[in-house]
Amino acid sequence: MNETLSDDLADLYERTILERSRRPRHASRLACFDAHARGDNPMCGDRVDVWVRREAGRIAEIGFEARGCAISIAAADLMAEAAIDLDAEAAGALAERVAALVRTGAGQGADLDRLRPLAGVHAFPSRVRCATLAWRALTAALDGRVETSSE
Amino acid sequence: MNVVTPQDLARLRADFPILAETVHGRPLVFLDSAASAQKPRAVIEAMVGAMERSYANVHRGLHWMSERATEAYESTRDAAAGLLNAPDRHEIVFTRNSTEAINLVAHSYGRGVLRPGQAVVISAMEHHSNIVPWQLLRDERGIELRVAPITDAGELDLASLESLLADGRVGLVSITHMSNVLGTYVPAARVAALAHRYGAKVLFDGSQAIVHRAVDVQALDADFYAFTGHKLYGPTGIGVLWARRELLEAMPPFLGGGDMIASVTYERSTWAEIPHKFEAGTPPIIEAIGLKAAIAYVRAVGYGAIAAHEAALTEHALATLAGIEGVNVLGRAQDRGGVVSFTMDCAHAHDIATLLDRQGIAVRAGHHCAEPLMRRLGVDSTARASFALYTTRDEIDALAAGIRRVREFFS
Repeated sequence: MNETLSDDLADLYERTILERSRRPRHASRLACFDAHARGDNPMCGDRVDVWVRREAGRIAEIGFEARGCAISIAAADLMAEAAIDLDAEAAGALAERVAALVRTGAGQGADLDRLRPLAGVHAFPSRVRCATLAWRALTAALDGRVETSSE
Repeated sequence: MNVVTPQDLARLRADFPILAETVHGRPLVFLDSAASAQKPRAVIEAMVGAMERSYANVHRGLHWMSERATEAYESTRDAAAGLLNAPDRHEIVFTRNSTEAINLVAHSYGRGVLRPGQAVVISAMEHHSNIVPWQLLRDERGIELRVAPITDAGELDLASLESLLADGRVGLVSITHMSNVLGTYVPAARVAALAHRYGAKVLFDGSQAIVHRAVDVQALDADFYAFTGHKLYGPTGIGVLWARRELLEAMPPFLGGGDMIASVTYERSTWAEIPHKFEAGTPPIIEAIGLKAAIAYVRAVGYGAIAAHEAALTEHALATLAGIEGVNVLGRAQDRGGVVSFTMDCAHAHDIATLLDRQGIAVRAGHHCAEPLMRRLGVDSTARASFALYTTRDEIDALAAGIRRVREFFS
């Protein structure tokens, strides 16, 4: 594939994305949790369940179960680390900046650093929803909603 | 044309301007015709020609242009009746697509003729368009919805269908004629005979079937038949419902408005004769003209040639994909059309589709508007390659090479 692999494809399936999709570190339901929500992409059938445990108002732990493509699983796994220690408001703000990152490929801030592998998604508009699904589920869980949809 | 020779195929492909396009710098390999087919120049020119030379509203104006447009629009009804071998042109109702045709039946036959306590039977391999209208009917009118199972091979389980019909409460069997996921052809004449034996009417969703093989509603002994224009190389925005005259006459209207009435007062209105009773408002005039050109195109190529060409392609695709490790083809029906769904051990369907797309190959990935079937098959999505009269053996080989690259990339 390498001789035919275009640059944007290499960016989309950047090393971290492939690694996280094959061996996600946070892909399990939490035994103890304070919030849970399910995100669905009705047009393609992707689904992610996100569980959140909080301590003193901040996210202490995130676990997820996903059925979906490499992008959606890797994005959920990266989210489960990037959102740690944030309160609901900060997590919501970060979710919006992640959405902007995957739509445009650009974004400032050290808190986006570990999420930059997702930037390559911006060249594939039909895949943006894959990258944002877990974040939508997270914000839904923090808002006390149980289900969310990308539509 | 009885067979499609390589020379024929080159000529047919030249009829479709879009096939000369490149995608990501590579020749377009379009293997998503089951979602919507590309359009031959004859269709494009018929539609442009209508707008440039003979366009006005239909059934209204007493002027030359309206008469010409009405003739063109109504002649599509004859073309559609001829395509289906319908005995009566008045049995052809134009809709927006198959979805609207099925909704029309669910509304007018389901609410106007079926009675609470009766049942509708669908199959386990329906498109959402032949599931949801019946759920709406069930919830509103207390009409039971039954689902005839499929076998592990992806064929309709006729014995189970018969047991669902046995209590005599089924008013309608509404079933696909060819699965958009598995490619399975349903033995329509046998299904119709079974339905009739137990007093049920039968509707076939022909969205896929009519693209690949000739359909004769009289030979099938069907009661309703639905298809859509855009999968049959015609434009979007036009579909056809055929139904037996006595059924259409017994059914109340679907949408109300202009063109579907005999007379209107504030106290009451009376309905136009069929088919106009079911065609409220200004119809898709230009789209109908395009559909007529599409029907003429398909019939000129010939269903015999199309079916033989696509059968050879499908056989080649199944044999080729079977030789690639980690590729699982869904369904192994004996009688199948040019649709092949598959999954890969190493990659999700969306990732397959993205990698293929970057090689210029268009396939569909997802649940194909058939979520219950996905659950029955134990998958959440598949990649699907679908073939048309313009598909080549080289394109199947390009797909296979593309799939091998997906495998190298993800494993």
